[in-house]
Amino acid sequence: MDSIQFYQRLQQIFPDKRCLTRDVDLLPYESDALTAFRAKPAAVVIPENEEEVIAAVKLCYEAGVPFVARGSGTSLSGGSLPIRDGLVIALNRLNRIKHIDPEQRTAVVEPGVINLKITEAVERFGLYYAPDPSSQLICTIGGNVAFNSGGAHCLKYGMTSNHILGLKVVLPDGEVVEFGSSSLEGVGIGPDLIGLFIGSEGLFGIALEITVRLMPRPEVYRTVLAAYRDLETAGNAVAAVVASGLLPGAMEIMDRLALKAAEIAVKAGYPAGAEAVLIVELEGEKQQVEAEFVQLNEVIHASGAYEIQVAQNEAQRAKIWKGRKGAFSSVGRLSPDYVVQDGVVPRSQLGKALAEISRLSDAYGLDVANVFHAGDGNLHPLILYDGRVEGALEHAEKLAGEILRLCIRLGGTITGEHGVGLEKRDYMPELFSESDLEAMVAIRREIDPKMIANRGKKLPQGEAPALSSHGLHPLEKKGVISRE
Amino acid sequence: MVEKQPIVNELIDLVKMQERVWVRGGGSKPSLSANGGEIQFDLRRLSGLIEYDPGEYTFTAWAGTPIKEIAAVLAEHQQYLPFDPLFIEEGSTLGGTIVANTAGSGRYRYGGVRDFLIGIQFVDGRGELIRGGGKVVKNASGFDLPKFFVGSLGRYGVLVETTWKVFPQPFDYANIQVTYLSAADLQQASFALATSPLEMDVQDWMPQDDRWVLDIRMGGLPDVIPSRLERLTQFLNDHSQPVDFLIGRGPEETAKWRDQNSCRWQPNDTILVKIPLNPQKLTELETIIDRYPRRYTAAGNTAWVAVDTLDHLPRQLDAVGLTGLVLRGDQLDEPIIGRRKGMPLAQRVKRALDPNGVFGEV
Ligand SMILES: Cc1cc2nc3c(=O)[nH]c(=O)nc-3n(C[C@H](O)[C@H](O)[C@H](O)COP(=O)(O)OP(=O)(O)OC[C@H]3O[C@@H](n4cnc5c(N)ncnc54)[C@H](O)[C@@H]3O)c2cc1C
Repeated sequence: MDSIQFYQRLQQIFPDKRCLTRDVDLLPYESDALTAFRAKPAAVVIPENEEEVIAAVKLCYEAGVPFVARGSGTSLSGGSLPIRDGLVIALNRLNRIKHIDPEQRTAVVEPGVINLKITEAVERFGLYYAPDPSSQLICTIGGNVAFNSGGAHCLKYGMTSNHILGLKVVLPDGEVVEFGSSSLEGVGIGPDLIGLFIGSEGLFGIALEITVRLMPRPEVYRTVLAAYRDLETAGNAVAAVVASGLLPGAMEIMDRLALKAAEIAVKAGYPAGAEAVLIVELEGEKQQVEAEFVQLNEVIHASGAYEIQVAQNEAQRAKIWKGRKGAFSSVGRLSPDYVVQDGVVPRSQLGKALAEISRLSDAYGLDVANVFHAGDGNLHPLILYDGRVEGALEHAEKLAGEILRLCIRLGGTITGEHGVGLEKRDYMPELFSESDLEAMVAIRREIDPKMIANRGKKLPQGEAPALSSHGLHPLEKKGVISRE
Repeated sequence: MVEKQPIVNELIDLVKMQERVWVRGGGSKPSLSANGGEIQFDLRRLSGLIEYDPGEYTFTAWAGTPIKEIAAVLAEHQQYLPFDPLFIEEGSTLGGTIVANTAGSGRYRYGGVRDFLIGIQFVDGRGELIRGGGKVVKNASGFDLPKFFVGSLGRYGVLVETTWKVFPQPFDYANIQVTYLSAADLQQASFALATSPLEMDVQDWMPQDDRWVLDIRMGGLPDVIPSRLERLTQFLNDHSQPVDFLIGRGPEETAKWRDQNSCRWQPNDTILVKIPLNPQKLTELETIIDRYPRRYTAAGNTAWVAVDTLDHLPRQLDAVGLTGLVLRGDQLDEPIIGRRKGMPLAQRVKRALDPNGVFGEV
């Protein structure tokens, strides 16, 4: 099939207004939130139902045209970056919540549903959808599935993969497969195909329908903020909380630079002069949380904090979180550009990792702000640079690479929740052996013989488009969303 | 400790040389070991803890390690695998628990085997040693092969090494058994609990004579357990029609769940089948299995039934769209019975990892 025939067939499936081919229409789709990369697709289609998605995938398979599924394009790793001359299948209009079952605590949703919309729809039953990426105001559940996205509150009950029970997907050759169920057991019997599909970054096809698990909203929260004179003591406090046998809902750290940014942006009222603050939040049934809180207080008081704030009401809690969740976009006020990394280290290595990042930051002459999920060792160093300066992006990327290698050396991994995407695929051979990678490629080839689904991502191969700097995600600039 | 690498190499050679390889773990789920073939490799040779840093809340151990050994080490540090792996007393191993996906009553609150397994190393059907996942609790690199191996029945590779995350174990527990006149009454209570903020670690259901018992386990700090129990009792009185409450504490309570997670209720000479379901299908399933001893875990989401024959069950399950796994009591060529889902995807992975069917068919 030549490209003219491909377009003709596409136009038989989609009306003109939902089949974009003109340069001006394609522009908004040329990159995701990793704005340093950019690529022009052949076309963007906007299906309104799953039949159209399936038809588009089948056509791509027949024509051998690569495709990328796209939710809201907030991927930070180049996951939803188009493939040059490939098709973008934009899923935002598949945004129906098809079914809510409060008794079984499940909902069946289409992939384009915005993360937060699920919680909004089930709130009246006292339920919520737990994984809370800080992009949850705009990112889609389909994107969350592709990346196994996490958030600040994933310490106790897990990430996306722990909250998906059933999936209907179209494989890259157009075959439609359903697995899992509305049972809490999910797959239950046979290999856990849900687990395999989640985090596959669009390489195994497109999720068409997703059954999510809902949770009862915690009855109470107890939120403590502790300020430290140095980052290491804050890191040790995390270890002390964990060692005490408590299982908090969230445990987050922000360093001096991140605090400064947050203070400028949202005036969160964090303690002055802190090198680091630790936020610990307990959640759950009232009596249990109150008892745990007594224990937490003891641990925090013995942890070397020089100031401790306890949220006395929901407004104070919200204020603490506003600063934390807004920290990333606030950093935009300190620097015109930044890259964010997402490596994970064993929790006992947090102090060492942070000290080494600080050393690297000095050596490279680049400021690095740290805001991260301390409870699970998931670092988020933000490397600040000025994209207008020739070579600055490359310099920042080089430092980012050193940080990834540091995480590998310390026994961790290159990504906790943002995915490998395009950005980190070249580090995969440092993390996995040749035979590990061969097995992944073999699985990929069986599922996608023509390798058309999100070609060039996740696995180390292919050629990256040239790097060029384009600043923050437009919504980030407006302060609508923030990175975490 | 015996150097294990030569044993791993032996396994690799075996896989490379043989057309069909049978392995066994602890033997606690006989229906799943060697369905017809002769065992060539005993995974218990690959046994022992490799790495455990209590402060890290993770451990790595050989796949053939009996969980009982691991549980004892974890308990010294007040840590545990919250999903209550089954048949610990009978010698179940880490690897066997993964491939059979046998989580017990504790699955209810924090999830099952899949939610705590974070890394694996396995020998695939081509004799390659392959690693999936890692050693940290959060990891988005590579495909999530650890999760894929949960429930895989050993048909995609032989697990060699496993890495897990663990949780702090509650300091105290209480059990409350609430009797209802009917399954419908019990379900009414369970549905009310579903949207309440009351937290419980276990919610089992079991028929008892002509009544139904809601069997709840609650873990937490000792000081507040009495008041939480009181609150739960009040809630159930307000939202359902219980006819009786029975509270259990202390060592007896612990022993009860130990027995429960060894399926001690299963009569001799019966066949134990696990059947996941949405509890809204309970009535339908009950018409098939109501003459057998049975129990439900995870708030009615998993049925465990001890049948005396498998003559009709596969067809009956298929008719109501359910799947079952035969765990003990019979050896079938295919321990998965009833409706199967997702086969086209599973088969593709099979072709990638075990193209020649060294570990049997999918
Ligand atoms: C400001 C900001 C804050 C963020 N905070 C967090 C955070 O706290 N935690 C976190 O984990 N991430 C975070 N992210 C990253 C991002 O939001 C998540 O990765 C999110 O899941 C992406 O969703 P999306 O709808 O934007 O997906 P997209 O970016 O459109 O796509 C992401 C990937 O998913 C694939 N995909 C999309 N839909 C489907 C589908 N239906 N089936 C199969 N594949 C599909 C795409 O091909 C692509 O590979 C943040 C990003 C930004 C910009």
